[in-house]
Amino acid sequence: MRFVDEFRDPEIIARTCDEIRRLADPGRHYRFMEVCGGHTHAIYRFGLKDVLPSNVELIHGPGCPVCVLPMGRIDDGLTLAKEPNVIFAAFGDMMRVPGAHGSPLEHKARGLDVRIVYSPTDALKLARRNPDKHVLFFAIGFETTAPSTALTLMRAKAEGIRNFSVFCNHVTIIPAIRAILSSPDMRLDAFIGPGHVSTVIGCRPYEWIARDERKPIVVSGFEPLDILQSIVMLLRQLRDGTAIVENQYKRVVPWEGNKGALRAMAEVFQLRPFFEWRGLGFISQSALAIRAPYSAWDAETVFRVAGVRVTDPKAAQCGEVLKGVLKPVQCKLFGRECTPERPVGALMVSSEGSCAAYYNYEHRKATPVPSTNREPAPV
Amino acid sequence: MCLAIPGRIAEITGDDAHLALVDVSGVRRHVDLGLLHDDPPQVGDWVLIHVGFAMSKISEQEAAEQMRTLALLGEHDAAMEEVRGYDGV
Repeated sequence: MRFVDEFRDPEIIARTCDEIRRLADPGRHYRFMEVCGGHTHAIYRFGLKDVLPSNVELIHGPGCPVCVLPMGRIDDGLTLAKEPNVIFAAFGDMMRVPGAHGSPLEHKARGLDVRIVYSPTDALKLARRNPDKHVLFFAIGFETTAPSTALTLMRAKAEGIRNFSVFCNHVTIIPAIRAILSSPDMRLDAFIGPGHVSTVIGCRPYEWIARDERKPIVVSGFEPLDILQSIVMLLRQLRDGTAIVENQYKRVVPWEGNKGALRAMAEVFQLRPFFEWRGLGFISQSALAIRAPYSAWDAETVFRVAGVRVTDPKAAQCGEVLKGVLKPVQCKLFGRECTPERPVGALMVSSEGSCAAYYNYEHRKATPVPSTNREPAPV
Repeated sequence: MCLAIPGRIAEITGDDAHLALVDVSGVRRHVDLGLLHDDPPQVGDWVLIHVGFAMSKISEQEAAEQMRTLALLGEHDAAMEEVRGYDGV
């Protein structure tokens, strides 16, 4: 085990790994999905796959916000950036995500006013400081970031700042899990639940997964020991034939979530009837739109948004990888046309994308073997 | 964007006390406290910060563990870059 050795409790880690081996029935194959991209990153970084028995397989889920954003939304946002006097503000994670005609960073190089902000309130601050400009904040993220966007909009309204709007691409995690569970080519035994999303939504929203789908789910922290302990908890449930929601990350995640954050979201956002997810297609009630009282700050009301639909590059199999049907390395472009340096798909951009994680921690250490049975795929 | 960064409240500011000067490994930046309105943190408390907003109160031990997790994940520099970037427009 690679990075696990750096962990301060190697003995506890070793005992937990022993426990996993004891609990895993050799006659059975286990498929656990880690929903959150942060867990995907940690699993590769710490080499956890190497310490698990071969019949305990981890499937990477859809919880990487830039990875699930369809290319058309990036293009729509960048089209708005071309409106006169617009400052386009987005988190750094967005800057290298390719749109059909280049990433936000490439648009900046072509002369658009594109700025990195680290907080939505800083985008609002840009608007205060540039009263003759319109600041458009390209908002993305799950429930971890949505409350911050909501509170920023509440402040913009309270202060009457009119040269600020939000292009809202916030999504919610539960409908994505529902879509994955109803996908016919997906067989899963249990879920490692997201840690930071759960600090906001709490653990109750997962109860249907256990009750109706009979799948155990454990909300987990991000340290190697957290993830391994969560796997122990899932294996115990499967051994005992139970399916409940458990909270391994109690030290940070309250069962009821953050009620203030949920209130801010309810005040500002409503569910869209449907929203397109890269790889998962259109999912009903899976994303947030800005409510009417805040429409003066909704970029989709302030501007005309084309609603562009762009199909992903044909050879890229981001969708299959996102759903966990293919491993990153099974995509035809992986490591050839598509690398973290020159990403074709968004899963190669973010450190939480399974392709980038796989590339950085698995692919680079392996000796490259020339492919004999596969032509380089056209882009 | 998805980093959870631990910081210690050094000072509470803003006319309605919704801002705090937070210390993250010696770097001090303003962080929004508006999402912890129900149980507002006090000076000296530790919080987990997401995109410039304090999202949960944590213990000092958990804060130290979270910093170490960020370092183990190779995200410490990205986290400090994010913190330095707050207020940076």
